[in-house]
Amino acid sequence: MPPAVVLVTGVSRWLGGALAAELAANPSIDRVIGVDTIPPSAEVLRRLGRTEFVRADIRSPLIGKVVESASVDTVVHMNISATAAGAGGRVPMKELNVIGTMQLLAACQRSPTVRRLVLKSTSAVYGASPRDPAVFTEAMEARRVPRGGFARDSLDIEGYVRSFARRRPDVGVAVLRFTNIIGPQIDSLLSGFFRMPVVPTALGYDARLQLLHEDDAVAVLARATTGDFVGTVNAGAPGTLLLSQAIRRLGRVALPVPPGAMGVVGRLTRRAGLRDWSLEQMNSLTSGRVVDIRVLCEEFGYVPRYTTEEALADYARTVTPVVRPEVVADVTGTAQSVVHRVAEGVSAVESMVADRRPAPSVPGLRAVRDA
Amino acid sequence: MPEARIIPLRPDEDPPPPPGSPSWEEQVAGGLEFLRRRLTGEYDTDEFGFDPDLADHVLLPMLRPWFERWFRVETQGLENVPDTGGALVVANHSGTIPVDALMETVALHDQHPAGRRLRLLGADLVFQAPFIGALARKMGVTLACNEDAERLLSAGELVGVFPEGFKGVGKSFSERYTLQRFGRGGFVSAALRTGVPIVPCAIVGAEEIYPMLGNARTAARLLGLPYFPITPTFPLLGPLGAVPLPSKWFIAFGEPIETASYGSAAADDPMIVFNLTDQVRETIQHSLYRLLLQRRSVFS
Repeated sequence: MPPAVVLVTGVSRWLGGALAAELAANPSIDRVIGVDTIPPSAEVLRRLGRTEFVRADIRSPLIGKVVESASVDTVVHMNISATAAGAGGRVPMKELNVIGTMQLLAACQRSPTVRRLVLKSTSAVYGASPRDPAVFTEAMEARRVPRGGFARDSLDIEGYVRSFARRRPDVGVAVLRFTNIIGPQIDSLLSGFFRMPVVPTALGYDARLQLLHEDDAVAVLARATTGDFVGTVNAGAPGTLLLSQAIRRLGRVALPVPPGAMGVVGRLTRRAGLRDWSLEQMNSLTSGRVVDIRVLCEEFGYVPRYTTEEALADYARTVTPVVRPEVVADVTGTAQSVVHRVAEGVSAVESMVADRRPAPSVPGLRAVRDA
Repeated sequence: MPEARIIPLRPDEDPPPPPGSPSWEEQVAGGLEFLRRRLTGEYDTDEFGFDPDLADHVLLPMLRPWFERWFRVETQGLENVPDTGGALVVANHSGTIPVDALMETVALHDQHPAGRRLRLLGADLVFQAPFIGALARKMGVTLACNEDAERLLSAGELVGVFPEGFKGVGKSFSERYTLQRFGRGGFVSAALRTGVPIVPCAIVGAEEIYPMLGNARTAARLLGLPYFPITPTFPLLGPLGAVPLPSKWFIAFGEPIETASYGSAAADDPMIVFNLTDQVRETIQHSLYRLLLQRRSVFS
């Protein structure tokens, strides 16, 4: 049974807006309500279609009124901030993430109409450490529990959602653990990171990256909203790339920085207004993390259309490479033709030298002598 | 009518040029193509971080001279390693620095008829270390944990494990060729759960490359290492002490021990796990003694 009234939090950001637009295009859904603290940009607003935008803070009890008055039956919670800068500092970020989720869950628990909750979580809950297994399945837990920042918030949020599911067993809860989302349009942490011409990496480490194309991310969210999957699922694309490999494919220049100096470099780029990237994000780019997507493909029933490689290639269309592959091919091609010419010269000289040498004895004569 | 076989009159005359040795021009061209691939990132890596392109064109060629000239490794019983499908190669560990793992990889890649890639399991210390950890992953090493081992085995990979771990590599020279405790049998339960055969492997020669006479415990603790070796040449000769002694090596693969008949539930039966662990350990210890008897001297 498709949902009648869907509430999407965090609708002013690209992914939330895209999901709301996707749901609004589905005629079997009566109403789509988008909630965010900031109004969506003109571009997002245009795409939203018949989505009703409510400017509300999920940290305030007002959200309960919205849920109640519209008799919402499906809630998609994706108003979780990954960076401190996006939320205006670490304290407001934690407040938005944790207190916001608690308020939203309190509203859902009170409402008799809610029967489905979808949480956009992250694979960061698996932590990032050298003791990690190469591939995480949904049943595994972080070997080293992440201590601060986004990953810690996400762990807390998942904990609150689990206890909500216990208190309201009639509500179907789907937790989606997304890997890094990338694509031509989305403004995610990683997409901004790769837009820098010189990309800082941890010296001596090379992380494995698993991406998910933005279209696949929207499709997974839409399917989780309208479908009946209950439980936790990893959402990532098949295949992996190494960070160094991704940087080379994008034609970026890697700048290996000793891990201890990461914080300084981060502050410098932030001050230069280049990009905001947290130390925590760098840590996850040090060890790398890959999740198993068997549940996504088999039980959840969605096979991503883009592999990690293809998702990166699609994103690469929007960035101008610093190191152009054609130039590299040109240079190596020229070098190859030079080598070929030198080899020809050498063999010509060799044959000239060989001509002057006395001819080797004819084997037939030797046979006669042997006899 | 079958064609008559041509028997050369004098087979010793005119030896054919050795096959497969490309001219220097082809080599340079291959190198440039490799460089282009590396600079543009157009190569494949897997979810464990294994980089076959780098392994085949840089890492294995770097190890080959050590394998062929320095240690003159002789392999035995390669027919015991299956051509396809998962198998767990369990070997003794020695040598202060895990060179034996690298030589085992070369042996299976170069000398096995199917050119099998050995996917080694390494301690977490390997992956904590900068450079070494990243390089190890690119060579196909992953963390020694049951999740990774089972994932590789069920994908049909050949997995190499050294159950002695640091107890084996870091033992003193006086204890050479005596197997240490075999962990908690985690490798056996991984094999049982995936139903793959266990191939016992004995490596002789690695004990003598850096004979560890003593262990500087304080230095080890300061550096956060499991041991700090003192060998006849290290730290006495400084970096020169890093050159391994040219001992003669033998790598022998024993008959596979099949595990599929136990069923995957046996992985949770400690008795079966311990018995199999002991069986594997005994087999390796016996082939070590056999190889040591065969060996004429340490260096020839």
